[in-house]
Amino acid sequence: MKKLINDPTNATSEAVEGFVLAHSDLVTQLDGLVVARAGGAVAGKVGIVSGGGSGHEPLHAGFVGVGMLDAAVPGAMFTSPTPDPIVVATKAADSGAGVLHIVKNYTGDVLNFETAAELADAEDIEVATVIVNDDVAVEDSLYTAGRRGVAGTVLVEKIAGAAAERGDDLAAVTQVATDVNANMRSMGVALTACTVPHAGKPSFELADDEIEIGIGIHGEPGRRRVPLASADEITDMLLDPVVEDLGVGEGEEVLLLVNGMGGTPASELAIVYRHARARLEARGITVARSLVGNYVTSLEMQGASVTVLRLSESMKELYDAPVKTAALRWGL
Amino acid sequence: MTAQLNAAWARRFIDLATDVVTTKRVDLSELDRAIGDGDHGENLARGFAAANRAVQESEADTVGGVLKLVATTLMSTVGGAAGPLYGTAFLRAAKVSNVEAIDAVGVHTLLDAALEGIVARGKANAGDKTMVDAWTPAVEAAGEASAAGESPAATLRAAADAAARGAEATEPLVALKGRASYLGERSVGHRDPGAESSALLLDAAARAAAEDSA
Repeated sequence: MKKLINDPTNATSEAVEGFVLAHSDLVTQLDGLVVARAGGAVAGKVGIVSGGGSGHEPLHAGFVGVGMLDAAVPGAMFTSPTPDPIVVATKAADSGAGVLHIVKNYTGDVLNFETAAELADAEDIEVATVIVNDDVAVEDSLYTAGRRGVAGTVLVEKIAGAAAERGDDLAAVTQVATDVNANMRSMGVALTACTVPHAGKPSFELADDEIEIGIGIHGEPGRRRVPLASADEITDMLLDPVVEDLGVGEGEEVLLLVNGMGGTPASELAIVYRHARARLEARGITVARSLVGNYVTSLEMQGASVTVLRLSESMKELYDAPVKTAALRWGL
Repeated sequence: MTAQLNAAWARRFIDLATDVVTTKRVDLSELDRAIGDGDHGENLARGFAAANRAVQESEADTVGGVLKLVATTLMSTVGGAAGPLYGTAFLRAAKVSNVEAIDAVGVHTLLDAALEGIVARGKANAGDKTMVDAWTPAVEAAGEASAAGESPAATLRAAADAAARGAEATEPLVALKGRASYLGERSVGHRDPGAESSALLLDAAARAAAEDSA
């Protein structure tokens, strides 16, 4: 293992410290590594809190700021945070209008956010929760913990964040987040494994000529292991199940997100985007918005995921709304 | 031979539990690396070290008082799925043991409450390849031992042995809950790390009781 770390046990705290120092105009650090919007909760605005294991940067702290998250709760590497810091974040985000928790569907995240929501409720903070489960790779989801929340999480955070910023109430913001989640699907591929610092060795074994189709954001598998193929062929393996499951078709408008898992160059993501876009357009689907880059990563894993979100006019408007965070900014 | 288990037993239990999860942290993480994300041992070692410190410094004088402290410390230090699951287990166990000493029936009641907490929080059933598969036979064995008039120490030993067999029996199962569930058939042949750590903890509880009654 070769990594730019000092001590594995301090990797998360030192990373958060550095992140907050680098973006002190946008964020501040609270107890328990919580990263909150500089200036505190905005009066009258619904607070938006997200979090999960570290190692998926820029998710989530990279999306704290105007138009997106009010606070992010990074856990240990690939491990959900405990309830206490989630409560700290929830309190910091609350200005009396309630708080929305955006949670990826992983057992640890769901359980800890659930406990935190109960604790916040006991302190009279109204909390609503949206569980993101965009990962279409999980088959027979009735017999598993369900579909995982993967790269689409960033779209839920952006669009629900804009609804909150515009002044929608908690029920309305929650509905927006629910709608985004219901209208998007994702699927990912791993070309290599990543190494969690304290584990010290790769999270899984993958031969040089093999790829894993349908991974989650920790590299954990979903569908099958297949021989390495061309970028276009791999893109088809990701995009086709997404389009089919979403049921999107001719005449519809979508947002196409090609997300890097951390170890894949931007040029390769662009190659994937190129083919995914052509394939969508060949089906008569208009790609009205695009996002290509590393937004929800798995440490240094090589790979990518493809997300398609069916856009409504109101979703487009919220997506285009100004945002100013460390990792996403436009219009401001 | 003492017929009852008290706060001193609970303290010793947590001390031995901390020892075993610290010693086995790599083994537990390896089990987890095979079908999960490889941090189970690390997370438990961190949580129990904190819980043990809290317990040894506290003046809790009931079994439940000690277990409640363990519950809150685990919840606030472990994270992942194990934090809420073990936290809830200890919290429910604490609720039914907030007395100076418990007998064999009390041991069964305590373990049963812990299992109910795990099931309520994790929504897993027996056979899903989770810690429930260690706890279910453990509670059954404790019920039988206590009904047969065994001592608290013997009741815990029966529970721990049943948990160990239960953990072993998770190997051929397909995981239906938690991160391992995404592996589907590929989870077969690997022991569930949560079931294994549960068996280790129950063994620590039994060893502490055996010392106590020696």
